[in-house]
Amino acid sequence: MLSDDIDVINIANNWKKNGKKVALATVIQTWGSAPRGVGSKLVIDQDGNFEGSVSGGCVEGAVINEAMELFDGGTPKVLEFGVSNEMAWEVGLACGGTIKIYISELN
Amino acid sequence: MQESNLEKILENQKLRKSVVCLTNIDTAEEIILLKGESSKIENLDLEISQCIRFDISKLVTINSKNYFIDVYNPPLKLIIIGAVHIAQYLVDFAQNLSFDCKLIDPREGFANKERFPNTEIYNNWPDEVMESMDIDNRTAIVTLTHDPKIDDVALDFVLKKDCFYIGSLGSKKTHAARIERMSAKFSDEDIQKIHGPIGIDIGARSPSEIALSIISEIILSLRK
Repeated sequence: MLSDDIDVINIANNWKKNGKKVALATVIQTWGSAPRGVGSKLVIDQDGNFEGSVSGGCVEGAVINEAMELFDGGTPKVLEFGVSNEMAWEVGLACGGTIKIYISELN
Repeated sequence: MQESNLEKILENQKLRKSVVCLTNIDTAEEIILLKGESSKIENLDLEISQCIRFDISKLVTINSKNYFIDVYNPPLKLIIIGAVHIAQYLVDFAQNLSFDCKLIDPREGFANKERFPNTEIYNNWPDEVMESMDIDNRTAIVTLTHDPKIDDVALDFVLKKDCFYIGSLGSKKTHAARIERMSAKFSDEDIQKIHGPIGIDIGARSPSEIALSIISEIILSLRK
């Protein structure tokens, strides 16, 4: 656990206390050269505001979309992201690593 | 995550206690465990205690169940002896890195709220207040007065403790004199724990640059 991730936990708590819907995404496993380590966190609210990170900015957009699905009644899930194919414009990591992220709503 | 579990994590951060948030990622069931508390799941407690010890979070699979062990260790702490110019920048760097900073200097002209508006200040001699500061392996100590009357008192105290970093400001000559004084009381092994001259060599000249070299050395000691 890094102090930066505690900052994210504090923000999650504040947003929730202010009546927002809040989702928390955490890196739970990495292979190869992943930009952020296991335990790294991203917090997202219902308006798409976010703080923290689970990559170097590569997959955050996709994780935010998953958060919106959670707010619409989805269940906690595990997301996996691998190497991006630049030609296909798909979401992924340019660094060659693979990461697994667990996302759940704060309730 | 449950809101009540998130509150427990933050509460234990304030109390400087290690906790783990254990999540079965297939069922989303989660519990908060204090350090030493059993998960009541076979073969998992050893993994949990290792994660706490090495400050890492980890996904483990036991009997085809996937558990995520998320470790929340207490905040890092920095105790600064000497409210000098360098300390003003060092506090800024350290607070940005989320260190819990405590500043000790008996000289009220140096250590006061005007010079250090957001810092916990102790206008005491180091030995009067350090006992109450729970110095542990997530604590770093820096002495900056280069006045033996103040610095040595702090070093005498912390060399017996298990902190992860000790650094003392002063030239090579000052540090050699310090080692000589300390060698009457401590073993060579103990004395070698003191980083002196303090900081990694980045050619620092100004107080802010010296503070940067000190905080860099602290992170180096923590991570490598």
